[in-house]
Amino acid sequence: MPINYYIFLAIALFSIGVVGVLTRRNAIIIFMCIELMLNSVNLLLVAFSKMHHLAAGATPTTGIDGQLFVFFIMVVAAAEVSVGLAIIVMMYRNIHSVDVNFLNRLKH
Amino acid sequence: MKNALQLAYLIPLFPLLGFLLNGLGRKYFSKSLIGTIGSGAILASFAVSLWVFFQVKSGNTHVAHYFNFISVGDLKIPFAFQIDQLSSLFLLIITGIGFLIHLYSTAYMHDEKPEHFGRYFAYLNLFVFSMLLLVMGANFVIMFIGWEGVGLCSYLLIGFWFRKEEYNKAASKAFIMNRIGDLAFLIALFWLINKTGTVTFLEVFSAESLSKLSDRDITVITALLFVGATGKSAQIPLYTWLPDAMAGPTPVSALIHAATMVTAGIYMIARSNVLYSMAPAVMTVIAIVGLATALLAATIALKQNDIKKVLAYSTVSQLGYMFLALGTGSYVAAVFHVMTHAFFKALMFLGSGSVIHAMGGEQDIRKMGGLSKYMKITNITFLVGCLAIAGIPGLSGFFSKDEILAGAFATSPVFYAIGLFTALLTAFYMFRLYATTFRGSFRGTHEQEHHLHESPAAMTIPLIVLAVLSIVGGYVGVPEFIAAGAHSLKDFLYPVFEPSYKILQEHHVSHETEWGLTIGSTIAILAVVIYAWTRFSKKPDLAEPQGLGKVLANKWYVDEIYDAVIVKPLNKLGALLNNIVETKVIDGIVNGVGRLVNYGGRQLRWVQSGQVGLYVLLMVLSMIVIFVLQFFFRK
Amino acid sequence: MIALLLILVPLLSGIATFFIKKEQAARSWAMLAAVVTLAVSLLGLTVLNKANYLSFHATWLPELGSSFSVGLDGMGQLLCLLTSLAFPLVFLATWRRSYPNGHSFFGWMLLAQAGLMGVFLATDALLFYFFWELALVPMYFICSRWGGERRIPVTFKFFVYTFAGSVIMLVGLLYVYFSAGNSFAMHDFYAVRLTSKEQTFLFWMFFVAFAIKMPIFPFHTWQPDTYEQSPTAATMILSGVMVKMGLLGLLRWLLPVLPISSYAWGDVASGMAVTGIIYASLIAMRQDDMKRLIAYSSIAHIGLMCITIFSEHKTGLQGVMIQMFNHGINIIGLWIIVEIIERQFGTRKMSQLGGIAQKAPVMAIFFVIIAFANIALPLTNGFIGEFLMFNGILNSTVTKYGVLLTVLAGTGIILGAVYTLGMIRKTFYGEVNELTANARDLKWNESLALTIIVAIIIVLGIYPQPVLNLTNEITDTILKNADVLSIKK
Repeated sequence: MPINYYIFLAIALFSIGVVGVLTRRNAIIIFMCIELMLNSVNLLLVAFSKMHHLAAGATPTTGIDGQLFVFFIMVVAAAEVSVGLAIIVMMYRNIHSVDVNFLNRLKH
Repeated sequence: MKNALQLAYLIPLFPLLGFLLNGLGRKYFSKSLIGTIGSGAILASFAVSLWVFFQVKSGNTHVAHYFNFISVGDLKIPFAFQIDQLSSLFLLIITGIGFLIHLYSTAYMHDEKPEHFGRYFAYLNLFVFSMLLLVMGANFVIMFIGWEGVGLCSYLLIGFWFRKEEYNKAASKAFIMNRIGDLAFLIALFWLINKTGTVTFLEVFSAESLSKLSDRDITVITALLFVGATGKSAQIPLYTWLPDAMAGPTPVSALIHAATMVTAGIYMIARSNVLYSMAPAVMTVIAIVGLATALLAATIALKQNDIKKVLAYSTVSQLGYMFLALGTGSYVAAVFHVMTHAFFKALMFLGSGSVIHAMGGEQDIRKMGGLSKYMKITNITFLVGCLAIAGIPGLSGFFSKDEILAGAFATSPVFYAIGLFTALLTAFYMFRLYATTFRGSFRGTHEQEHHLHESPAAMTIPLIVLAVLSIVGGYVGVPEFIAAGAHSLKDFLYPVFEPSYKILQEHHVSHETEWGLTIGSTIAILAVVIYAWTRFSKKPDLAEPQGLGKVLANKWYVDEIYDAVIVKPLNKLGALLNNIVETKVIDGIVNGVGRLVNYGGRQLRWVQSGQVGLYVLLMVLSMIVIFVLQFFFRK
Repeated sequence: MIALLLILVPLLSGIATFFIKKEQAARSWAMLAAVVTLAVSLLGLTVLNKANYLSFHATWLPELGSSFSVGLDGMGQLLCLLTSLAFPLVFLATWRRSYPNGHSFFGWMLLAQAGLMGVFLATDALLFYFFWELALVPMYFICSRWGGERRIPVTFKFFVYTFAGSVIMLVGLLYVYFSAGNSFAMHDFYAVRLTSKEQTFLFWMFFVAFAIKMPIFPFHTWQPDTYEQSPTAATMILSGVMVKMGLLGLLRWLLPVLPISSYAWGDVASGMAVTGIIYASLIAMRQDDMKRLIAYSSIAHIGLMCITIFSEHKTGLQGVMIQMFNHGINIIGLWIIVEIIERQFGTRKMSQLGGIAQKAPVMAIFFVIIAFANIALPLTNGFIGEFLMFNGILNSTVTKYGVLLTVLAGTGIILGAVYTLGMIRKTFYGEVNELTANARDLKWNESLALTIIVAIIIVLGIYPQPVLNLTNEITDTILKNADVLSIKK
């Protein structure tokens, strides 16, 4: 399968993520959109890693670093999710809402 | 014996010691001790000066080098004294008349408190010290030290009674006007250093260094030095400080503003006569300025009623005469007139001091009159002074003035005509002054009349000595056409002016013409004297002047013009800069930068709304912009 | 050794001062430290005046190409002497003045001294910059804590203004640093050859920083306000010593490093300075506050030194050297008397004063002598400096406008006489009023401080040669490094 397909899919996923972050006000959906963007990048990394590995003149380790990054991102994303969800839960307890438009205290 | 000249440093040292003693000990010494120290120091200097003078007369000159004052790179300025004919003559005048005036002051200033008495003598001694530095300096820088030093002392002494605001203003005015001249003096020095690399007289005037100077250089240097001289010697346009300087005690006016300090400009030009002889254009300017000053001051003196103001304008006028002499190349005549003028003008100032003393501080001659009955010695000596300044034959002023006029005639008959006219004016206002003050009947209050008395001996003795000098002082310079070879002053000063004689071509006027001129002018002057005497003895000029007289009484409004043209605009400019440019423009720009940063910050505050969505949007937009830029503008 | 001590003594004793709680003890301690520093400085001038005693090197930041190198040349010796003289004089003259939290006041003062010494001694550009900032910080604290009513905005402006200048200078320094092969050493800075375009940019970066510090028109507006609002002790240091940082910067870090642009742009800088002379003199004529008047007169005097530096003439530079010292001494003398007047009558407004000479003749005499030294009367120290400087300007070979500059700067001299005499007249002469009727004369500490100042004025006025000999060599070095005309040939 040509690399282009992967790229277009990743772009589509990423754009959905961006638009979701910008337009939705529910914190949980925003959170999911962020995950979508991260995963679109993961997809790309894996796809390129595979592509380089199959290319002529490749050594057994070619493209392996791309997959390494994917693992990193997944670990970081998992950590982020746990912290982020905890924050959202605390937020809901305090103001009984997960609408980000209520949250403009960063101004102060 | 050359050793005598090596002791020349004692001459300024005595007044310096006197200054230090009186200045530091004024609170502890009695008045008589202060007076003794002050006068004694000058007397000691006079004794050494006399000794030095006779050494010089027997043909010895000397340059004494003490230490390096400034030595930077190629520029070497030694602290050195030059004793030659010119300086030794001035030394005699300064210390001699200086001593008489110190003596006079012990009586004149006797009403002052001891500490002010001590301050007075300290200043006076400091003045003599500076003046001696001025004439003894072997280079222009040492001369300049004295030059500014006398300016300082003049400032301090004019403002001696510092409680009076207007006296202080007069003092400041004198110093500032002198400073204008001093700046020109300094620039001339730098120019000289640039071209010749030296300021020492003997080196500057040597043929080698003169050959380094182009005509333009010489013109610039001499012109600038002359501007310096106009400040110190009160010539147009910087003369207005001198009449105001009469705010100082009268002996100060006699010493500083008549006999010595104001002649510094003449001394300086006489000292650099070689340079001036090589700059004929500047010589002409000097002659014209001198003549114009002489005439202008004489016209003003016609209508003054303050006894000291008349004498002050007369001094300005006589200084103008000296510059006329310098400008026409008669250097000897200028120096001669410095000497005779020092005698009779000091005499008249001291005489006026005696009058003021007797009148209890009154200076307006309209309130005097008939004083000859009460003050015999003052009357006679003052009359001698008036006769001398008017140029009556036989008295000192006649010889020197005649020599100046002869020199002026040789250059241009126009100069002579104006000079003679000024001489007639001089005779007129002097006898107006004399007759109004000493003749007629007393016009003051009864109380003043009761108080009138002859001054004490410490005041009359200097008057008598000066009167004798005013009579006989002229016989050192009897003109050639009366008695050949009798001009001993000219022979004495010959080595100083010798280089100039080689440059300037001699204008010869026949003896017959000189006789004619002298007799003609003498008759005219006598007529004026008799007219003024009889007129003002009978009917003194008491009415308020009208028309031209009013303009003259107001000194041609020169002070007012200076005020309107220079002082007020400068003050206005200062106010403008202070109130508007400084605060609004320059500081405004600086503060404006600060305010701009502040404003920009406030305008960008909406970005920090706290809405996470907005932050993300901005982030995404910025990334898009960066990608676009990267895409289109990559190398 | 000497160089290191000159920095360390005030630095360590300054830090120690913060821990002394009693004001009087802190004062005495600070005085002791200042006198020790003076002694060290005098030792460096006399007994230990040998090259190996005068300089000190230690590795500091070798990765950056910077070392802790300090050294005394003639200019450094003179300015360090001035600094070490100034502080004892200031402490002596303000002996009776009480400062709340006195111990930290004296601590900051000594730290400022350490910073100043460092600026005058550093032979490494990074070290120079370090001390340059170090000297500023204590002054900021002193002025903002012990100053007058408007001290907060005024010191803020002072700090930001000078700091902005020095940041620009830092950028310039870094540029030269990279061009000099990653070295901050002074000799590498002198050896670096930059194109005239580079030099033009760098010139303005450096010059603006120094011009703000000196200050040169039109960068001067912080100065009168700061002088007016600072406690007088700080004003003495600011005007007597700190402004010399800018002049030293020009002489040590600008002329030799950027000779081509100094030659090319010197006339513009001189033009600014000469404008400043006339401008500041005219404004000084209109001042009523003595502190502001002296502040503006200082702008005029510094402007003259700036012109002379860019005239690059041997006698002129010698004049600048001696005048840097003289100006410091004289202006401290003037401030001492202003301080006495202010403490006694509670005002510095000349319109409210008058007639002090009747009641306090000794103070009047000191003031008159110092004021006349300030306007360069012969036989005072000021004359030597101004004579040499004017000679340098008029005889300069690097500027075409020597005569014009001399005449214009000379009008500043005349105006200087106008406002100085005006100040004497309005404060000391005339009749007394109810405020000055009970004026007292000097106390012993004030007399002592002023006597020292007047003695220096007279001695240097009559026999300046020792100072001129001291700075003879360094002026030659500066001129040699700045000599662009011979490079062109």
